[in-house]
Amino acid sequence: MKGLFALIAMMIALPVAAQQSVPPAPYAYRQLEDPVLEAEAQELMETLRCLKCQSQSIADSDAAMAGDMRHQVRIRIASGESPEEVRSWLVERYGDYVSYEPVLSTRTWPLFAVPVILVLVAGMLFWRRFRRRG
Amino acid sequence: MSWRLWVPLLLFSGFLGLAAYQLTQPKDDVVESRMVGRELPYFTLPPASLDRPGVDSRDFYDGKPKLLNIWASWCLPCIAEAPQLEALKEQGVEIVGVAIRDEPVDVMRFLTQHGNPYTRIGRDDLSEVQLGIGSSGVPETFVIDGKGVIRYQHIGDIREEHVPILLEELRKAES
Repeated sequence: MKGLFALIAMMIALPVAAQQSVPPAPYAYRQLEDPVLEAEAQELMETLRCLKCQSQSIADSDAAMAGDMRHQVRIRIASGESPEEVRSWLVERYGDYVSYEPVLSTRTWPLFAVPVILVLVAGMLFWRRFRRRG
Repeated sequence: MSWRLWVPLLLFSGFLGLAAYQLTQPKDDVVESRMVGRELPYFTLPPASLDRPGVDSRDFYDGKPKLLNIWASWCLPCIAEAPQLEALKEQGVEIVGVAIRDEPVDVMRFLTQHGNPYTRIGRDDLSEVQLGIGSSGVPETFVIDGKGVIRYQHIGDIREEHVPILLEELRKAES
């Protein structure tokens, strides 16, 4: 009986006491009225890193700070900034790390170059092999 | 057998070794602000407590270096750094607080319990100032020189050993 009670108790989810009493930012969970702008904001938020929970995007995270970042993204998009302008505003503050979108720079070019080189080398090897046979 | 046959295996084991080494390295999850060396963005925050004024970015242009402490009453490491902030205040350092997503009643309770080293405390309910200066968590402490330029960022709670470092950075910010 006790076990059954415990089992039932475990199945009922109780809200954990709120850590912060301040309500979330206005546009943390509210979409923009204009569906086109909201789609732009949504697409951008999926490629921005939550700084508190670093393997999630701000679109996926329920952290308060991610909510504040979504608010920033939405009000900036609503005020006419382009998604790339908002992204560079954040990159200016936190570096490339805040963005999931890969960028080509002096540090990252090998990531793009190495696969191309490997394909070329493989192609060359195949070509030599088949030429010898033929 | 040609030595060249061994090249792919060597390359592969080299790669494996590199991956294994990287796996044993501790994860670096500190995000440094790129705003160090740059001017504070313009902002005005209402007061977060009943006995201290709010914060305006123009407060940082009076020629005297200050600490800008990003904190919150709901943040546990902020309790741990309270004695160090007190020690800095006793050394004559002016500390300006920005309370993140905090109600005045909680701020007041925190300050009564852990001391109030701040000359001003601004209320940042939307983390606007925090995002504006490239801070990614609480607590974080910035050294701002007398011309509103961010000179140094300390990430995490201030421990005893960080007090001399901050004093040194404040001294450097005087020039």
